[in-house]
Amino acid sequence: MKNIKYFGMGVFLLALAIFTSLAFVGNFELTERGMRAQLNEQELTNLEKPLMEEMVGKPYRTSFTFSRDFIAVFNRINEDLKAKEEWDKVMWSPVSGIALKLAQSSANGIVASHKMLFFLLTFGLGILGSLIYIISDLKIKGPPGIKNDGIYHDSATNRGWIGILTAVWLISFYVILYFHPYIIANLISITDPIKGLFIEGEKASKWFLYGLLYTTSMTVMGARMIIKYRHNRYQIVRTITVVLFQIIFAFLLVEILPMFGLPGKDLKSAWPLDYYFLFDWNVQDLMSSGNFGKFVFVWGIVLSIIIVPTMVYFYGKRWYCSWVCGCGGLAETLGDPYRQLSNKKMWTWKLERWMIHAVLVFAVIMTVFTGYHTYNVFVHPEMDSKEILFGISAFDIRSWYGFLIGSIFAGVIGTGFYPILGSRSWCRFGCPLAAYMGIVQRFKSRFRITTNGGQCISCGNCSTYCEQGIDVRAYAQKGQNIVRSSCVGCGVCSAVCPRGVLKLENGPEANRFGNEGPIVLGNNGFELND
Amino acid sequence: MEHVVIIGNGISGVTAARHIRKLSDQKITIISAESKYFFSRTALMYVFMGHMKFEHIQPYEAYFWKKNRLDLVQDFVEKIDVNQKKVYLAGQAPIAYSKLIIATGSKPNKFGWPGQDLDGVQGLYSKQDLELIEENAKNAKTAVLIGGGLIGVELAEMLITRGIKVIFLVRENKFWGGVLPAQEAALIGRHIEKHHVDLRYQEELEEIIGDENGRVKEIRTKKGEIIPCEIVGLTAGVSPNINMVAASDVETARGIMVNEFLETSVPDVYAIGDCAQFHTSINGRKNIEQVWYTGRIMGETVAQTICGNRLAYNPGPWFNSAKFFDIEYQTYGWVFAQLKEGEEEFYWEHEKGEIAMHLVWDKNTHEFKGINSFGIRLRHDLFDKWLNEKASIQTVMSLLKSANFDPEFYKLYEKEIITQFNTVTSFEISLKPRLWWQKLMTS
Ligand SMILES: Cc1cc2nc3c(=O)[nH]c(=O)nc-3n(C[C@H](O)[C@H](O)[C@H](O)COP(=O)(O)OP(=O)(O)OC[C@H]3O[C@@H](n4cnc5c(N)ncnc54)[C@H](O)[C@@H]3O)c2cc1C
Ligand code: SF4
Ligand code: SF4
Repeated sequence: MKNIKYFGMGVFLLALAIFTSLAFVGNFELTERGMRAQLNEQELTNLEKPLMEEMVGKPYRTSFTFSRDFIAVFNRINEDLKAKEEWDKVMWSPVSGIALKLAQSSANGIVASHKMLFFLLTFGLGILGSLIYIISDLKIKGPPGIKNDGIYHDSATNRGWIGILTAVWLISFYVILYFHPYIIANLISITDPIKGLFIEGEKASKWFLYGLLYTTSMTVMGARMIIKYRHNRYQIVRTITVVLFQIIFAFLLVEILPMFGLPGKDLKSAWPLDYYFLFDWNVQDLMSSGNFGKFVFVWGIVLSIIIVPTMVYFYGKRWYCSWVCGCGGLAETLGDPYRQLSNKKMWTWKLERWMIHAVLVFAVIMTVFTGYHTYNVFVHPEMDSKEILFGISAFDIRSWYGFLIGSIFAGVIGTGFYPILGSRSWCRFGCPLAAYMGIVQRFKSRFRITTNGGQCISCGNCSTYCEQGIDVRAYAQKGQNIVRSSCVGCGVCSAVCPRGVLKLENGPEANRFGNEGPIVLGNNGFELND
Repeated sequence: MEHVVIIGNGISGVTAARHIRKLSDQKITIISAESKYFFSRTALMYVFMGHMKFEHIQPYEAYFWKKNRLDLVQDFVEKIDVNQKKVYLAGQAPIAYSKLIIATGSKPNKFGWPGQDLDGVQGLYSKQDLELIEENAKNAKTAVLIGGGLIGVELAEMLITRGIKVIFLVRENKFWGGVLPAQEAALIGRHIEKHHVDLRYQEELEEIIGDENGRVKEIRTKKGEIIPCEIVGLTAGVSPNINMVAASDVETARGIMVNEFLETSVPDVYAIGDCAQFHTSINGRKNIEQVWYTGRIMGETVAQTICGNRLAYNPGPWFNSAKFFDIEYQTYGWVFAQLKEGEEEFYWEHEKGEIAMHLVWDKNTHEFKGINSFGIRLRHDLFDKWLNEKASIQTVMSLLKSANFDPEFYKLYEKEIITQFNTVTSFEISLKPRLWWQKLMTS
C-alpha cells in the first residue's frame, strides 16, 4: 500500500514537472498576420516598423525570451514618445498583457499543436496521481479518526526543505501570474481546449488557467479533506459545500453567463472582498447588461449590507469563510496540511488586529473614492475624472489597493506562503470582509465555541491546529467559551480535541462567553467568594 | 513580604500560583527540576507522535510568568526544613518560605521486577521520559507494555505510529478491568486490537532480561513465555512522589497526608495534586486522586486558603475523560466496574461496536448515579447539575438530546438508545426535543 502511495506521489510530481517545464519549451515566432491581429491601431502605428525589423520571422525558444525582446521594443518606443511629449501616441495598456497575447498567438511548437495532450499530461496526471496518493491513506492511516501523526516530523508540513520548495514554487507562480504572465503562455494555452467547451474557439486567459487550477486543487484536496475527516460530519458537509460553491459560482457560472451575453460575475463574492464592485468599468459592465446586470448590482449591495451581517448574526462568519468563500475554501483544502503553521503568539494577535482593520479602512476609503469617481462618470461625464477629492486620484488609490492588497497580499502572501505562514494568513491579517464580519461576530452574534465544563487537559491540540492562530486552549482551560472575531468556524479545534471539549454552536446571546465558573474549580462553595 | 514557595510546576502548582496571584500580591516562587516552564503532561504523547512540538504543549508563553511576577526556579529540591522554613536545592542556595505548597506529582510504579532498571525499560511520566523514549524507539522493533491503564494505551498508540510492534500484557482477563465494566472493557479491547496491538490477557511480567551491555533483550512472563523486545514500557500506575519530605516532620503514608483544607501535619505547609493523600475520603472519592482535573481544583482551593479565605476541598461530582486510539471516553458520576448493591444499569452499544453508553441509577429512588459514554460527547454542565440535584434517571434519559455535545451534523443515536431503554427496563420514557442547554441549567 505504501508503494501505491509513493507511486501516486511520483505520478503527481511527474505532472508537476511537465507543467513547470512548459514554461521553458516551445517555439515562438511572430508573424505579420499575428501582429496585425493582436495589436490595436495605436500600437500598430507605433510598433509595426520596429517589430517588422527586429522580431517578425525570428524564432524564439521560450515565451520568456520572446516577450523580453518585445517588451524592450515596446518600452523603447514608448520612452521615445514620452520624451517627445507626444502624449496622444503613448501606449498606456500594461505591456505584460500585450506580450502575453503576442506570445500565445506566436506559439507554434509541440505544445501549441498538442494542447489537449499536454492538458492531460499535466492536469490529468496531476489529478490522477494526487487521488492515488490521497486514497491510499484510507488504508495506510488506519480506521477513521484524527491522524496527525508525523506532521511535525515531515519536512513538507514543518517548514522543512520540501515546505520551502513548495512555497518557492507557489510564490513564483503567483508573481509570474500577476506580473509576468507571458512567461507561462504555454501553460495558459493548454487550457484552450477546456475554454473552448464554453465558447468555441475562444482562447483561455491567464485567469482561466488560474480559475481551473484553483478549482481543481480545491476539488482534489477537498477529497483529501473528506477522507481525512471521514468520521466528522461537520467537516464533510462543510467541505462539500465550499467546493460546490467554488465549482458552481466561481468557476462554471463565470464561464457560462457570458455564453448568454451576460456579465461573468462571481455572485457569491461580497464587497469589500470584491473590491472592484464600484469601479467604473464594473458598474458600466453591469449597467449595460440589461436587467440581469442591474440585478447583479443590486444583489451585490444587498449581499454586503444585509445578507452578510444577518447571516453572521445567526451563524457566525463561518457561514461565509468556511462554507462559501473561495479564498477560505482553498485554505481549507489545499491549505489544510499547513494549518498548524499559523503563529499563536500574543504579538501576532496584536499585529493581526492592527493589520486587518487597517485594510478594512483602506478598502472603505478606496471604495468611497472609486464610488465617487464612478458616480461622476455616470452623472458628470465632462468632469476630469483623474483628479478628484482633495487632489487624490481615484485611479491611483485603486491601483495601489489592487496591487498591494488584491495581488500581493491575497495572492502572493496569502497562498504562496501557505507552507511557511500557515493556510489563512490572508483571511487572518488581510481580508477586509473578514474584518467586517469579525466585528459583527465579536459583538452581535449567536455564534460561539462552547467549552465543555472542566474537561480540558490543556493539551494544546486545538490551538496548534487553529489556522487562525487563536489560542483556543487559553479559553478552554479556564472554562470560558471562545468568542473571537477572527474565528472562521472551521471546526478543526473541536475535531482534534481528544477530550471532547469544544463545540461550535449558535444560541441565544445571553451567556455567550461562559465564564470561569465553579465547574472548572469543581468546588461548589467557591461561588460565594465572587 | 510573604513568600509562597511552590515545589512542582505541574497543573496543581501552577494553578495554585495563578490564583494566588489573582487574589494577592505575595511573592511567589515555583521550583521544578523537570522543566523551567509548565507543560501539559497529558500531551506528551502528541509530541512523540508529531502532532505537536514540545513548545505547543506549554500553555503559557514565556512573558506570562514575568508579567504575573511568578518567579521560576529550575532546580531539584533535596529536602525541606520546616523549622527554619527553608527549601534546600541541589544546585543553589536554600530558599526561605512563609508558606510552602508541595505539588510534586507522581512517579511511575516499579514493583521490584528483576531487570526493571535496564536500559530500554521505562515509564512515561516526565519530559525526560519523552526524550528517553525517542532514543529507545530509534532501533526498536518490538515493545512490551506492562499494565493496562490509560498511560499504557497512550504508549501503545505512540509506539504504533513508529511502526513498532506492541505486545501489551494485561493482568486481568479484560482491559482496564479495575475501572471499566465488562462491556466497555471488551469494546476498548477490540478497538485496541483493531489497531494491531497484541493484547495478552492474564499475562504478567516475571522478569526482564538484559544483554551484556545492560540493555533489555527479552522478557519472561509468569507463564514462562520469552518475548524478545527492545523496549519495555512500565505503565502499571503511579504513586506519589514524596522523597523530598521524607526526612522532615511532614506526615506521610503513600502520599503526603492532608486534611480537607489541604494542610499537612506541619503549619504553613500544604500539599496538592497527585502527591496529596486525604486522611478521610472526601465525597466518597479516593484518598489519592491522580488526575489532571483534581490537581486543578486543589490548586484553586489552596490558593483561597493561602490568601486568607480558608476553604475546604469540595470537588463536585466526579468526571473524567480519555481517548483510546480513536474512541473518546467521557464519564460523569460513578459507573463502577461492578454494579453496586441497590443499583440498576442500562447499557447500549451501537451495532458497529465502537459507540456505547452505560448508565447507572438507584433501584429504589431512581436517582441517577453515573454515565460512561464512548464515542458520544456529553455536556459536562448538565450532568454536573443533574448529579448535584440528584436528578432521576427518567430526567436524564428524557433530556438526552439536549445533553449531546457532538459537533453539528453528527448522527444522533438518542432515539435508538431510548427505544432500547424502554424495551429492556420497565420505564416508559419519551424523548424530549432538543432544548438550548443553558435553559435547562437555570430551570
Ligand atoms: C502520560 C500521561 C497522561 C495523562 N493523561 C491524563 C488525562 O488524560 N487526564 C487526566 O486527568 N490525567 C492524566 N494524567 C495524570 C495527570 O497528568 C496528573 O494527575 C497531573 O499531571 C498531576 O499534576 P501535579 O501538578 O500534581 O503533578 P506533576 O504534573 O507531576 O508535577 C509535579 C512536578 O514537580 C516536580 N518535582 C517533583 N519532585 C521535585 C523535587 N524534589 N524538586 C523539584 N521538582 C520536583 C516534577 O518534576 C514535576 O515537574 C496523565 C499522566 C501522564 C503521565
Ligand atoms: S477557533 Fe476553532 S473553529 Fe475557529 S478558526 Fe480556530 S480552529 Fe477553526
Ligand atoms: S484540544 Fe481540547 S483538551 Fe486539548 S487544550 Fe484544546 S480544548 Fe483542551
